Amino acid sequence: MSYSWNWAVFLSPTPSGDATYLGWLLQGLQWTLMLSLGAWVIAFLLGTLLGVLRTVPNRWLSRLAAAYVEAFRNVPLLVQLFTWYFVIPELLPRPWGDAIKQTDPLTQQFFAALLCLGCFTAARVCEQVRAGLGSLPRGQRAAGLALGLTLPQTYRYVLLPGALRLILPPLTSEFLNIFKNSAVASTIGLIELSRQSQQLVDYTAQAYEAFIAVTLMYVLINVAVMFGMRWLEHRTRIPGTIGGK
Amino acid sequence: MYEFDWSSILGALPILGHGMLVTLEITLTAIVVGIVWGTLLALARLSAIRPLAWLAAGYVNLFRAVPLVMVILWFYLIVPALLSDVLGVAQGSDIRMVSALVAFALFESAYYAEIIRAGVQSVPKGQVNAAYALGMPYSLTMRLVVLPQAFRNMLPLLLTQAIILFQDTSLVYVIGLADFFGAAYKVGDRDGRLVELVLFAGAVYFVLCFGASLLVRQLQKRFAT
Repeated sequence: MSYSWNWAVFLSPTPSGDATYLGWLLQGLQWTLMLSLGAWVIAFLLGTLLGVLRTVPNRWLSRLAAAYVEAFRNVPLLVQLFTWYFVIPELLPRPWGDAIKQTDPLTQQFFAALLCLGCFTAARVCEQVRAGLGSLPRGQRAAGLALGLTLPQTYRYVLLPGALRLILPPLTSEFLNIFKNSAVASTIGLIELSRQSQQLVDYTAQAYEAFIAVTLMYVLINVAVMFGMRWLEHRTRIPGTIGGK
Repeated sequence: MYEFDWSSILGALPILGHGMLVTLEITLTAIVVGIVWGTLLALARLSAIRPLAWLAAGYVNLFRAVPLVMVILWFYLIVPALLSDVLGVAQGSDIRMVSALVAFALFESAYYAEIIRAGVQSVPKGQVNAAYALGMPYSLTMRLVVLPQAFRNMLPLLLTQAIILFQDTSLVYVIGLADFFGAAYKVGDRDGRLVELVLFAGAVYFVLCFGASLLVRQLQKRFAT
């Protein structure tokens, strides 16, 4: 192959002159992290709420949560993202839509991607939370209620603390997925990590260096999350269980 | 309020149908290659030959750590170079389909390998011992005893992964390939009817995937013993 490698390309200044190409990549990394962590907060809170709704005695609430899960699991992420970004501003009442379209494009892209990833992942978190709640011994709910706790209190103080610890491993893989899925935001123009790699190819033609650097950054994120979650798992293990102290 | 106009969908049905064929072609190729190559990877990963196990683990972990979008872009970069340098194919022919097929097949194998590994590990150890005691070599043990049972156990998971794969093929959008969603987007952009086309595409995906997942659930019930 007649490809000429040039790793120094990362240190050369960009055409606008105020940053290096490495600076671009780090900026992309920053957007990827902000988007993924923000979306995870939405996914975790909404997903836990939906997971609880799936298990409450009220049949309508549990059907509502089930419908949410089916809707968000059976439409591709890309289609959901385009719906948040292109479709919803059109369907809102005109003044709202116009207000959205007048904000800065980067803000629009970021919030569309944030809501999209958050709601998409919430459906997956919901299923994990439901499985975790389902695997608890039945007596726990009964014991909580028998002690005079209300149903919300039983969930808050008895069921969720146990269930969330049980599902930490599958939640870790959902957390990893959110970083990977955030790359889809490049399709609406958000300049996150994978978009920056394409920019670098356009500007410098050093495709291999750009892609290798970005791929390594994703692998590093992966490794960091796995170590973090292992620590968390260690911290929160339940005393008295096989995995516990 | 927005005024819907669904009329451009009817005229665009041939384009959308062609896009759906592209989507199905990528999905089916990735399923077939993914299961074959994934089985080999899973067996390599469980193998007693250490370097082989490490190589397979490295392959699987690398592909699972990188976003699919990056993998598609990688192969869009590598495949044309390989085709022209190694195989001597002229550049300029439509590389996008070939590189998408390669990217999805190799990417999905990593995910299938993990499912198949779990399936193989779920087969009771006595089965392997019994086969060896009967004098079967490794290849026969795997082919006639372990893999048939493993595949039966993991059929629902393999099918669920296929549904996810079917949805993920929409990401070929990043290299501009007109799969079902790519076609819908192009038509919507052309006619200024993006809202309708995106909603239509979402509805089609929903009906197909929801239907398929209901079938998988039925199957799971029948297989549950």
